[in-house]
Amino acid sequence: MALLVDKHRPRSLEALSYHHTLSDRLRSLAQSGDFPHLLIYGPSGAGKKTRITATLRALYGPGVEKIKIDSRVFQTTSNRKLEFNIVSSNYHLEITPSDVGNYDRVVVQDLLKEVAQTQQVDLAAKQRFKVVVINEADHLTRDAQAALRRTMEKYSPNLRLILLANSTSNIIAPIRSRTLLVRVAAPTEEEICDVLKKVGKKEGYKENAELEKRIAKESGRNLRRALLMFEAVHAQNEQVNEKTPIPPPDWEALIAQIADDIIAEHTPARILQVRAKLYDLLTHCIPATTILKTLTFKLMPKIDDALKSEVVKWSAFYEHRIRMGSKVIFHLEAFVAKFMRVSEAHLMGMDFDDDF
Amino acid sequence: MSNFFDIRARKAAAAENGGSSKATKPTENNRLQPWVEKYRPKSLDDVTSQDHTITVLRRTLQSANLPHMLFYGPPGTGKTSTVLALAKQLYGPELIKTRVLELNASDERGISIVREKVKDFARMQLSNPPAGPAGEEYRRKYPCPPYKIIILDEADSMTQDAQSALRRTMETYSKITRFCLICNYVTRIIDPLASRCSKFRFKSLGDGNAQKRLEDIAKLENVRMEDGVVETLIKCAEGDLRKAITFLQSAARLVGAQALEAKKDKDAMEVDEEGDGKRITVRSVEEIAGVIPENTIDRLLQAVQPSGKGAQYERVAPVIADMVAEGWSATQVVNQLYDKIVMNDSIENKQKNRIVMSFSEADKRLVDGADEHLTILDLSLQVAGALAGS
Ligand SMILES: Nc1ncnc2c1ncn2[C@@H]1O[C@H](COP(=O)(O)OP(=O)(O)OP(=O)(O)O)[C@@H](O)[C@H]1O
Ligand SMILES: [Mg+2]
Repeated sequence: MALLVDKHRPRSLEALSYHHTLSDRLRSLAQSGDFPHLLIYGPSGAGKKTRITATLRALYGPGVEKIKIDSRVFQTTSNRKLEFNIVSSNYHLEITPSDVGNYDRVVVQDLLKEVAQTQQVDLAAKQRFKVVVINEADHLTRDAQAALRRTMEKYSPNLRLILLANSTSNIIAPIRSRTLLVRVAAPTEEEICDVLKKVGKKEGYKENAELEKRIAKESGRNLRRALLMFEAVHAQNEQVNEKTPIPPPDWEALIAQIADDIIAEHTPARILQVRAKLYDLLTHCIPATTILKTLTFKLMPKIDDALKSEVVKWSAFYEHRIRMGSKVIFHLEAFVAKFMRVSEAHLMGMDFDDDF
Repeated sequence: MSNFFDIRARKAAAAENGGSSKATKPTENNRLQPWVEKYRPKSLDDVTSQDHTITVLRRTLQSANLPHMLFYGPPGTGKTSTVLALAKQLYGPELIKTRVLELNASDERGISIVREKVKDFARMQLSNPPAGPAGEEYRRKYPCPPYKIIILDEADSMTQDAQSALRRTMETYSKITRFCLICNYVTRIIDPLASRCSKFRFKSLGDGNAQKRLEDIAKLENVRMEDGVVETLIKCAEGDLRKAITFLQSAARLVGAQALEAKKDKDAMEVDEEGDGKRITVRSVEEIAGVIPENTIDRLLQAVQPSGKGAQYERVAPVIADMVAEGWSATQVVNQLYDKIVMNDSIENKQKNRIVMSFSEADKRLVDGADEHLTILDLSLQVAGALAGS
């Protein structure tokens, strides 16, 4: 059975339940005929993908929803073969080049040129151009981004790109210059409540505004999370009331435990115990950044005010290292050790000294 | 019959070559193009704000003797457009197909490939203008100098090795080819290559000419703007004319959409043609450009000020969490916060010194792809710390 998240996904721009001005704007772009390249950015769970799928429908009609998935093989200059999945309809393609890591340039080069040089097969198509949706565009290597530049200009009669990203900071200036930036803010807590109410009605859940409000708050304005929690609460309880506990995902519960562990005891033995838990999270594919961030925000309400800035400082410091380094566990562990030292120093009434 | 076509072709060529400083009138056929392509300069005279470069190039056009060239400058300042216009004016619409090779970052450009493609192209016999009177006419209009041009656009993404390989190739075929390298960062081009070229710097577009160009486009597209829109476009685009034009186009779409809505609402009622609803507004441009509204930034500024109420973290963290949820780009937050703090005279220099170091670190981390939420939270807390003098 489909998850709630997918089951009640709105399919047209009209059906989207928040950011109505943005929907209007996308619709007018779709109808204008001179649809630009887009760079859609915003936090995850804000509904970027849903909005884009709806925009595609406004561009081409329901035909874009007939999709197939192909696996293609690309060859690098060093003759390595890369397998790569492409989701496509008659009118558009969707790719996630970060799947092939540093070889993304090859895929982008070959595939986009191929699309750009072939005409629309469906002569009755509403647009002359095909759209290529690029997921996780902020993870594209610089090389791959550079490869997009002239392609975006030269083939603009046949090709439009929609880049999806969490942020624009990692998109190189020449690409930002070639796209229209569209920001998709996360829905507010009230907007999330509205969605929950609607979905709940369709599912025949008993309405409980208080509970829904709590879920919205707990979700951190992430609609996907909110819907998952909403479904979990109702799946696990016959009857819900305003006090029904909202079960956090397992991994989050484990991180909360780590937070308590390292606040309670500042010893090498404790670091060792925590290491096992960190490994556990990593083997379950929780990204290191998520672990570090969640841990930091779980620590905050439980530590002394005077410590908070210092802990954030080291969290940001080690997150940067996670990004730059090669062994994420080193930096997670280093953060844990640093946290213990800083807390210890604070307890003894010492000043923070960066290198003791 | 063939004569008929000739005249048409020449007329078209002449039209393309016609040195009007205005943007060309839109025709039905390109109505649906993005404006940046529609208004790409067709001749050197159309290129705005690069007066020095254009004067020099126009001179070379007369003498028809081109050096190897290196164009560099920020995005959207006219580098690609200029070289394409130059080539068109040198060779005309026919010859350009066989005399000019354009390679850019979307082509495979390893050492061997560059060498081979360039070699093959350079070796090809020089094509000539058509014979007979038509040819003479053609020659009168276009100098058609006896060499080919190889454009290496976006050359800064070529590897060092590929660049050094190019050195030899350039020399080997220098009699019959000219190279034009284009890049954003001149330092990425190896010295031996750069020193073989005449360098042309393309400046950011901040002056009246760029404004004029935007106004012309707006006029041709029948969009009206409230006062200050052009200035805002230029400011938000940071000297990138392509960006400014894209902003203008989408702002125009936005206004168009509103006008449509208004019509639907009022239906039979008379729609006030001069109504402000149909003008592009300054705020709509800012919104499109991703500029954070003043009051949002002010909220953050207030949160980082030392004040008696509540702990620092408790004041700053929710503001940052909101900004992240609203989707504001961290780079934008950093830039706007920086401007506010550096411009603020009531902050002591000693504090500013500490603060600018935090900004430097944050900028580097963001470029490295560090988590945006943690980075700007950390930055704001450091700023707050410095302001509180702790
Ligand atoms: N100096 C200029 N005069 C007139 N139009 C310009 C100028 N610079 C940029 N434009 C506009 O911006 C568009 C892009 O310009 P162009 O492709 O020449 O930029 P570029 O310098 O090659 O940028 P990049 O470094 O990103 O490749 C043009 O199509 C044109 O509409
Ligand atoms: Mg260019």
